[in-house]
Amino acid sequence: MTEMVYGSVPMRAGEPVLPRWWRTIDKWSMSAILLLFAVGLLLGFAASPPLATRNGLDPFYYVQRQAFFGGMAIVAMLFTSMLSPVMIRRLSVLGFLAVFAALVALPVLGTDFGKGAVRWFSLGFVSVQPSEFLKPVFVVSMAWMMAAGQEVGGPPGKRLSFLITGAIVGLLAYQPDFGQAALVLFGWAVMYFVAGAPFVLLTVLALLTTGGGMFAYNNSEHFARRIDGFLSPDVDPRTQLGYAANAIQEGGFFGVGVGEGQVKWSLPDAHTDFIIAVAAEEYGLILVLLIIALYALVVVRSLFRLMRERDPFIRLAGTGLACIFGVQAMINMGVAVRLLPAKGMTLPFVSYGGSSLIAGGILVGMLLAMTRTRPQGEIGDILLRRGRG
Amino acid sequence: MIRTPLRPLARILPARARGDNPDAIERENLRLRLEATRARARVMAEGRLLVLGVLFFTAFSVIGARMGLMAASQPAEPQSVAATDGISSQRADIVDRRGRLLATNLVTNALYAQPPLMVDPARAARALAAIFPDENAERLLARFTQPGRKFIWIRKQLSPEQMQAVHEIGEPGLLFGPREMRLYPNGKLAAHVLGGARFGRESVSAAEVLGVAGIEKAQDDRLRDPAHADTPLRLSLDLSVQAAMRDVLSAGMGLMNAKGATAVLMDIHTGEIVSLVSLPDFDPNNRPAVPTSGDAADSPLFNRAVQGVYELGSTFKVFAIAEALDEGLVNPETVIDTSGPLTWGRFRIRDFHNYGPQMTVTEVLVKSSNIGTARVALQFGADRQRAFLDKLGLLTPTPLELVEAGGAKPLLPGNWSELSTMTIAYGHGMSVSPVHLAAAYASVLNGGLRVEPTLIARTDITPGPRVVSEATSARMRTMLRAVVTRGTASFAEVPGYAVAGKTGTADKPKPGGGYYDAKVIATFAGIFPAHDPEYAIVVTLDEPVESAGSEPRRTAGWTAVPVAAEAIRRVAPLLGLRPEIETASPFAVTAVRN
Repeated sequence: MTEMVYGSVPMRAGEPVLPRWWRTIDKWSMSAILLLFAVGLLLGFAASPPLATRNGLDPFYYVQRQAFFGGMAIVAMLFTSMLSPVMIRRLSVLGFLAVFAALVALPVLGTDFGKGAVRWFSLGFVSVQPSEFLKPVFVVSMAWMMAAGQEVGGPPGKRLSFLITGAIVGLLAYQPDFGQAALVLFGWAVMYFVAGAPFVLLTVLALLTTGGGMFAYNNSEHFARRIDGFLSPDVDPRTQLGYAANAIQEGGFFGVGVGEGQVKWSLPDAHTDFIIAVAAEEYGLILVLLIIALYALVVVRSLFRLMRERDPFIRLAGTGLACIFGVQAMINMGVAVRLLPAKGMTLPFVSYGGSSLIAGGILVGMLLAMTRTRPQGEIGDILLRRGRG
Repeated sequence: MIRTPLRPLARILPARARGDNPDAIERENLRLRLEATRARARVMAEGRLLVLGVLFFTAFSVIGARMGLMAASQPAEPQSVAATDGISSQRADIVDRRGRLLATNLVTNALYAQPPLMVDPARAARALAAIFPDENAERLLARFTQPGRKFIWIRKQLSPEQMQAVHEIGEPGLLFGPREMRLYPNGKLAAHVLGGARFGRESVSAAEVLGVAGIEKAQDDRLRDPAHADTPLRLSLDLSVQAAMRDVLSAGMGLMNAKGATAVLMDIHTGEIVSLVSLPDFDPNNRPAVPTSGDAADSPLFNRAVQGVYELGSTFKVFAIAEALDEGLVNPETVIDTSGPLTWGRFRIRDFHNYGPQMTVTEVLVKSSNIGTARVALQFGADRQRAFLDKLGLLTPTPLELVEAGGAKPLLPGNWSELSTMTIAYGHGMSVSPVHLAAAYASVLNGGLRVEPTLIARTDITPGPRVVSEATSARMRTMLRAVVTRGTASFAEVPGYAVAGKTGTADKPKPGGGYYDAKVIATFAGIFPAHDPEYAIVVTLDEPVESAGSEPRRTAGWTAVPVAAEAIRRVAPLLGLRPEIETASPFAVTAVRN
């Protein structure tokens, strides 16, 4: 009757956005990421006051900024995770073109902040590091190309993506930013690996990387010093590494206590590259293991969810994003425990840094979008096979 | 792999026959083939993703395990390798000839601040100013709060009480740096010999101690040599003799209203200096700053015995007479023309009193006749005089082990004329230090063998070259003994110790040229005991005035000689010399009363 009087309720095609999002999102990974952000804020309280004091600012100035950028990062993450993979792909390709242009313009318009490498655009209020934003859009764009390459009669996507990757790595190495270059190369290699790279080619690639590393060792003093520092058996206690190792030992299992740490006073990069040392000193092994577990949870869970994914583009893009995210965390912590040579790399979502936070938010947002539960055509499969068989 | 054709004729032809579009078959086959590839790729990707997942899990586990291992290990104390690098604070002790301590090291603490660690700089500055009256609270606070300052030295050394007081401020930014400081337990006693020390390179955990003057600087390398760190440097000084000498000299300086005084006591055979005093003096524990105005020679830091070169007057007559005796030109009984004044060009030489037209050589010395000595000197002339004085070491700086000794060059006449020969014969026109004089007296009077002054205790003294014959030396001793028994140095008679010596009263030269009328350098140079000498002594008073009589007396006989006599009376027993008491003759008649 009602319909007869008022007309029928207009039907929505499909489910409303938010409930569908909530139903399909990987809640474990998202919780882990939010928890990581909280840990980052907590450590910011510990690690950044010395820097703020040095710069003559309010002690919690950097914490406030971290919270502000963190809020933006979470918004970016939530927004991105609600997009469909196709939309992400479209935006990423556009974004990739923009970031690529920015990278090319960097030697002309960028600034080095007196750190010896031109990596930043200074916008006054905030400085932007394009290579941070590069990673997510690069991965998605390359995944698109590789997936397209798998189509019958598709474009030569793998070769094309390799060429673009080479160009990007060259640009980053020119800054010089060997860390990001290696990260980008790694992201591409992982996707290529999952896309079905022949083992012969993988071996050749590994050899090439080794050769490139040796070339860099012989030709870049910056690079050679880091490697030498890593290879020497005893660590000089006055280097950042020495302080970090000492801080981890001082902290023990339960830490020296909130605010009691000393390492943050000695380390210039306590709030960024060596934040794990601050965590280890003040909160002990407990917090460090929690942080490691959170990263491992996000990466491993994402990879296992992607195993069920049928769409090659989503699978590849998800793999690249998860691996870049995980490897960045791994390198950062590996340096602090001297498993890897010293390499400045931020701990995603925990280290201080506006670009890094927001780019990280976009990256995990994309990752969450890729790992959302979606129909994988299993039923259709079964029906088809049965129908044929 | 068998490729299935996309357009199999077996299906195309019937389709054409049916009138269907054969492209549909191709599309269908294409879709199937794509599906097959995708399925294959998916299976492979599944495996590879599993590999990746396992790899990541392993890597994260390894990092976690490594973290755990590191957390479980004990932290090594962070130590900066370079901080103590090369700074050796070891410094050997200095002792006197009998092993009594003259200089040693004491553990102390320096005070420094690290402003970044400070909780309440204002309170710390106020508290420090209360502990150290010479610090200023505002200035300290300004230094503490100066942006960018991370490290500030506040005090070089602290007493234990001060350290405790600083500790009780409870300021974590105030820190102590342990180090050793140089300590001179005897204070002023041997100030000019020891000199002093200061901190060289400093770090938080150690500081270098460097000598700044005296033997501390001259023997710096020896004292800092780690190989000799445990063996103290043994000086020839005798602490008790030094104390007695300083005592007597400062009393004498007061009595004689002198502005300065110095005394050197030397072993006549070895040249070892047993006592060296220069007044005014200072405390080497707290060395005063070098004066920037006024005459450096009046500063307490000035070592009159070593750095001061003076015209030492009639004490030089000994050398002229000794040379003439040694060369056989005269003997003690030779009669010399002493009628005066002796005119040489525009220059006139006078005696203090008129002693008559002629005297024997002994009398010339006993009465201290300038005219007689000048006439004797004319007999050998300038060149031989110069050679003789050089043999005695009076023309070059002494090799004494003090940094100041090298700079004390004797002042010599530019043109060593006949007139210079005569004036130098009675001690004018040439300036040497009291140490020079003591060494020269020792060389002439010890039997004629040259000695070099030294401050280091020695066991292996090789006799120096001969300067005069044994006979000359013996004759000189006899003549100098006569100076004491019946001459100008009669106050030097010390019962039992047969002192022999010569007085010298020299007018002080004005800075611009010419001489002061009423300012003299009064010197007594002597040996004891006269017949078998052991020690040479030189006592010099700067501008003494003896005002006990009706008119002020400045001659050495009234000023330097009584001081020297008192010094000998005090130190001779300390030196182990036995007084020779003249025993009463057994044949003398003794009054006996019943």
